[in-house]
Amino acid sequence: MTQPMIDVRDVAKRFGDNVVLKQISLDLPAGRVMGLIGPSGAGKTTLVKAILGMEKVDSGTTTVLGTEMPNRQIMQKIGYMAQSDALYETLTARENLRFFGELMGVAGPALTSSITHVAQVVNLTEMLDRRVSAYSGGMKRRLSLAIALIADPDLLILDEPTVGIDPELRQQIWAELRTLKQHGKAILVTTHVMDEAERCDELMLIREGIALAQGTPADLKREYTVETIEQVFLKAGRLQDENHSDR
Amino acid sequence: MRTIAIVKRVLREMLRDKRTLALMFIAPLFILSLMYFLFQNNSTSVAKIGVSNVNTSLVKALKNKHTDLAAYGDHANAKTTIRQHNLAAFIHEQDGKLTVTYSNSQPSDTALVKQALQGGVTKLKVQALVAATKTQKRVLQQQAKVLKTVMAQQQKLQAAQGTTRGQTATVGATTKPKAAPNYTVTSHYLYGNADSTFFDTFLPVLLGFFVFFFVFLISGISLLNERTTGTLTRLLATPVRRGEIITGYLVGYGIFAVIQTIITVTFALTVFNVHMLGSVWLILLINFLLAMVALSMGIFISTFANSEFQMVQFIPLLIVPQVFFSGIITIATMPDWLQWLAHIFPLYYGGDALMNVATRGFSLGDVSGDLWILLLFAVVFTALNVVGLKRYRRV
Repeated sequence: MTQPMIDVRDVAKRFGDNVVLKQISLDLPAGRVMGLIGPSGAGKTTLVKAILGMEKVDSGTTTVLGTEMPNRQIMQKIGYMAQSDALYETLTARENLRFFGELMGVAGPALTSSITHVAQVVNLTEMLDRRVSAYSGGMKRRLSLAIALIADPDLLILDEPTVGIDPELRQQIWAELRTLKQHGKAILVTTHVMDEAERCDELMLIREGIALAQGTPADLKREYTVETIEQVFLKAGRLQDENHSDR
Repeated sequence: MRTIAIVKRVLREMLRDKRTLALMFIAPLFILSLMYFLFQNNSTSVAKIGVSNVNTSLVKALKNKHTDLAAYGDHANAKTTIRQHNLAAFIHEQDGKLTVTYSNSQPSDTALVKQALQGGVTKLKVQALVAATKTQKRVLQQQAKVLKTVMAQQQKLQAAQGTTRGQTATVGATTKPKAAPNYTVTSHYLYGNADSTFFDTFLPVLLGFFVFFFVFLISGISLLNERTTGTLTRLLATPVRRGEIITGYLVGYGIFAVIQTIITVTFALTVFNVHMLGSVWLILLINFLLAMVALSMGIFISTFANSEFQMVQFIPLLIVPQVFFSGIITIATMPDWLQWLAHIFPLYYGGDALMNVATRGFSLGDVSGDLWILLLFAVVFTALNVVGLKRYRRV
């Protein structure tokens, strides 16, 4: 197997007394989709930011594409979609795409064709020249995803990508993610929508900064002897609480 | 390349925000016009003075173009008369003693009255002196006449006695009293001319202040918006350098600052016909440097604000004191510790340079000291900003 796209080793992080991540390890090879699931405040976003090199970790290492983070050059190969829509509201969608495309190092005709392509993927072609301030929440989410895809990155890191997106478009987006996966891209998705979790090749359950379980959806269901990922999640949480009270 | 992308974005965002554009380009013109009319006629204020039982010669002496005298009865009460007739002062004379009551609600009026009073009293003294000299002269002449007659009688007597003592006493006021020199005053102005007003003197400083204030506020708030909306974090998830972001901001808002300065300077020069001795280019350069300081300072300060409201709270703290030390109030007469304090404000150097260039015709070399310090301010804040962005991304 080739080198993993993401390789996280024993990462720990605390904000003051609040432990956010405890000895988390994770690796994601090319051509796979990994889902990070867990309740809000579990440390998903912190882990994502640590992988991007935007959050300082207390111990452990994160390596992306064989390069230890933080590294500015590697950013060019990562498509990142933040949890909150970080868009310039006074600009049009096209101007937003163009701006972030230029920052990612895409230029000229390549950028123009890339904009056309990603707009198609997220179904925004008709609305490209409207100002973002006139966009609905779902449209903004889609534009954020389009921005993450603009530089045709090897690795996609999507923080809650489908919040506020209607089921039909969600299907469409997942279909696109599958296509990207088949082209050898690695995708890391955080979510708390359980049916999305089922679509991932691999899952990692995070709760209170601890990786509770890791494996394919089928493996996890077997391991916990339950029917759905939701039940895996609940059972794992209960077990964690029992362990705590034992101590 | 990435810097250009950021510059383009900043320009585009600004152009879309018509109100902010108007604030930057039209508000200074509005305030300048207002100040122009406010400070145009600063020499025509007239103080109303009430007099009671005052010697008419003194009343005459008190009259000048800044005073308006009105006589009141001998027993008029000073306080009530001042209140009733809105006087600046009330003067009462009794037994050769003057009692002056000032209203003092307008210290400038009080100063006018004091000036008139001092001038009037001096005038009277001089008149009295001249009168006294004249009386003395008359007395002397009379004495001389008497002396002459006495001597003539004596001479007759001596002649009669046959003695030839050929002494002639010539006692006479041969020295004519010198006429009071009639001075004609020709005034030359080193800087400006006789029409120079408060406005002319402070216009350059005002220009600098506008640039500083608007650029500080707009750049600070726009970077704050980037922080609060998460676009700054998003920006730093691309391979952009931290320095490129700050440079993009400096260039983007720098362009607006230059346009703003050009508009205000052109407006002042053409509409108000303000005299500017030094080079207009130098004025633009100083304003540009001030804008750079304001930009980097605004961006730096926005780090300490969590909302636009908190950003505005820095205005009384950081902007208002700068006005005091920009040269509008003479710094040389301030207490030592205030003079020392003045040196920490960028507008102190900017105001100094602008005033010297505009009203004294200083050249680039003459103000280079101020300019270097402004540049240093800009460089230090810019460096702090680049380092400060590490909070969002470690590289």
